[in-house]
Amino acid sequence: MLKLEKRQYDSRRMALLSPLIAILLTLITGALLFSLLGHDPFNALYTFFLAPLSDLYGWTELGVKVTPLLLCATGLNMCYQAKIWNIGAEGQFIIGALAGGWVGLSFPDVETYWMLALVLVFGVLGGMLWAGLAAWMRTHFNANEILTTIMLNYIALYTLLYAVHGPLKDPAGYNFPESAQFGQYITLPPLIGDYRMNISVLFALLALVICWTLLSRTLLGFQIKVLGEDRAATAFAGFSEKRITWWVMLISGGLAGLAGISEVAGPIGQLVPQISPGYGYTAIIVVFLGRMSPIGILFASILLGMTYMGGEMIQMDLNLPKSITGLFQGMLLFFLLASDFLISYRIIPANKLSWART
Amino acid sequence: MGAMKQLELINITKHYPGCIANQGICLSVEAGEIHAILGENGAGKSTLMKIIYGVVKPDAGQMLWQDHEISVKGPAHARQLGIGMVFQHFSLFESLTVAENIALSLPKQGCSSLSELSRRIIQVSRQYGMELDPERKVYSLSIGEQQRVEIVRCLLQDIQLLILDEPTSVLTPLEVDSLFATLRLLADRGCSILFISHKLSEVQSLCDQATVLRGGKITGTCLPSQTSIEQMARLMVDEDTAISKSYPRAEGQASVLVLNQLSYQPEEPFAMPLKNISLDLRAGEILGIAGVAGNGQGELLKLLTGEYLGAAGEIEYMGEAIGKLPPGERRRRGIAVVPEERLGRGAVPNMSLAMNDLLTGYTCDLSRFGWLNWKTIVAHTAAILAKYRVKSDGPLAQAKSLSGGNLQKFIIGREISQQPDLLICSHPTWGVDIGAANLIRDELISLRDAGKAILVISEDIDELYQICDRLCAICHGSLSPIRNTDSVSINQLGQWMAGEFDTETPATPFQEAVHA
Repeated sequence: MLKLEKRQYDSRRMALLSPLIAILLTLITGALLFSLLGHDPFNALYTFFLAPLSDLYGWTELGVKVTPLLLCATGLNMCYQAKIWNIGAEGQFIIGALAGGWVGLSFPDVETYWMLALVLVFGVLGGMLWAGLAAWMRTHFNANEILTTIMLNYIALYTLLYAVHGPLKDPAGYNFPESAQFGQYITLPPLIGDYRMNISVLFALLALVICWTLLSRTLLGFQIKVLGEDRAATAFAGFSEKRITWWVMLISGGLAGLAGISEVAGPIGQLVPQISPGYGYTAIIVVFLGRMSPIGILFASILLGMTYMGGEMIQMDLNLPKSITGLFQGMLLFFLLASDFLISYRIIPANKLSWART
Repeated sequence: MGAMKQLELINITKHYPGCIANQGICLSVEAGEIHAILGENGAGKSTLMKIIYGVVKPDAGQMLWQDHEISVKGPAHARQLGIGMVFQHFSLFESLTVAENIALSLPKQGCSSLSELSRRIIQVSRQYGMELDPERKVYSLSIGEQQRVEIVRCLLQDIQLLILDEPTSVLTPLEVDSLFATLRLLADRGCSILFISHKLSEVQSLCDQATVLRGGKITGTCLPSQTSIEQMARLMVDEDTAISKSYPRAEGQASVLVLNQLSYQPEEPFAMPLKNISLDLRAGEILGIAGVAGNGQGELLKLLTGEYLGAAGEIEYMGEAIGKLPPGERRRRGIAVVPEERLGRGAVPNMSLAMNDLLTGYTCDLSRFGWLNWKTIVAHTAAILAKYRVKSDGPLAQAKSLSGGNLQKFIIGREISQQPDLLICSHPTWGVDIGAANLIRDELISLRDAGKAILVISEDIDELYQICDRLCAICHGSLSPIRNTDSVSINQLGQWMAGEFDTETPATPFQEAVHA
């Protein structure tokens, strides 16, 4: 018989191994699933993960998926370091897209690239506003940010739906719930050639570097981490919990808003009801899979980006539904949480159990 | 004294990963004997008691209970055998009554009804001279009374061995006397008592036998009545540690900290409101505040650090009203604080010592315009570790990996390294071994002699007498008069700690409970 025993110290090795175990278990379960559905599991996994990356187009499309994930995850990581559970990147993403898009669509005749800058700034501000609402409710009414941010996600989504069905609907759009196409001066330029991947991928990488410097080299970053570890010590040292909450929520919201506006002022090119395939939620998985570290988050966002690509590929090639993407993301999170248990506990043979009882 | 052996331990050994808690412990306790277990923190006293009470299983060794070999399967089994234990930290539900709390711990057949149980509680508590009202809610009891609940809970069952883990650390001198009377009564009736303590004078006056542990091993046994305190202390510590020191008193200079009628009503339930506290702390002196835990010390400390904010004028520091300043601003003005809880307030358990150095050192030169230079910080931490002889794996070791005494040395070192003008210290040597305690006291004295003001809040009366120039006591949120240490008798201080001094507010019902 096997028994679980609490480790004396958390295992660092297991903390790093845990995501790899989770990925492995996801692949095995995925293979099992595909074979139950009557497909050759190896071929299906190849189609899901590797086939989309067989050419340059595939790699640039991966960049398109990774950019919003990386932006949202970088911001969320700031919150999660402080153990402030912002689940609202999705809503902040949508409001960022809506605010930026609204400004861009309001001045269709201004033909200067300053317009693009203005659109981006409004995207950031929109996200900050949405996160700021939750920060305000948290700091003034002690309202749990998990609940408020989730609820704000729905309000954001319905605000977007109202906008594209109403005030921002393209008059020349045959009554489809879509805004007009964004013009040249409010569209992000592509990074290479004619591919959809644009310069926002650079924003994402820059944000990652800046946020990481903030966390590891500045007093504010230190205060964020202290708040995450120990509230009593935060108060004792004289760090203001409210101030830190505002900072991380605004940074997180701003980056999610930037992700949102980069999506509509980039690959999508207009406001539509479906501007996010759940990037804001998937970014939560990215942060935890990436162990809240910069390199980890980068790799995790690439992996999760691949699940989006794979879902589309598998729909085209194997005639399976695209929602396989969600299935893979869910399995990944599930297995990650399960194997994280082994960071603090270990499995040992029952007869070796030491007699520490409480 | 009965010659029958109540309990005998033979070669009890217990290893934890990385440390030996008990090694070959042999111990025998006769019926009706009060047996002291002496030793510094980490000597293995608590582990040994937990083995007897069945909380921890030994790796090797035998345990004989009334001459039969047994293996205690758990606390419930221990209670069935007639072994009771009162832990240092009580396990009572504050919102329940005394009787309800006791009912929870009794076996099912033990209590037919609450009223029947209440009668038995009154009967037993009278019998042993520990008056208890079974209908009172636990939160309204003083710490001493809560301890009675724990003891009565043990007495309600047919008890033959009572284990007490540092029972006097939370009591006033008066309460200690009444506890000892009860324990002697119990022993006369044949109940054996294992008494864990590091207060040697108490052991001397109460116990028949003493066993001294150091580093998990027995280093000696003695008859406390025939052994001097110095000899017992010598058994507890390494050869080269000085056992006690005396320091010359000092006279304070200019006022540094003035409290003007400081009153505070905390928001938390069960927290102690402070009433009209006035004091005047001067440069170059150590002022001690004695008192039993939970009489407002925590609230006073939080008001002084700025974790609670009161009225501006009630706290004056160097002539400036600072009652409304947040903690960081106060630190920048030269106030350093050593809080009561080391892990979880004074230090972040999962962070490195260097980060914990920065935790309060950020107000000094450890950060520049919000930027951190980790090299400087690590070097600064390393200097503290070296100067205060903190045993650790270096500046990058996690705070939680340090023993309590070492962490306390680090925290005191950290605060002193900021060159404060005012150091506020809560329980400076609580749970610290004798060697480290001496070092900490030396540092406090030399800081005082450098002309700084020091406020010490402590429950350790011996220590207060040792290092303080002036003394007072806090009880139910009020402060006693402040006198020069040498003119305060221990009886006087004991009365102050029990609230017997003139205050401008009428006595609360709680105060009477302490007199009882």
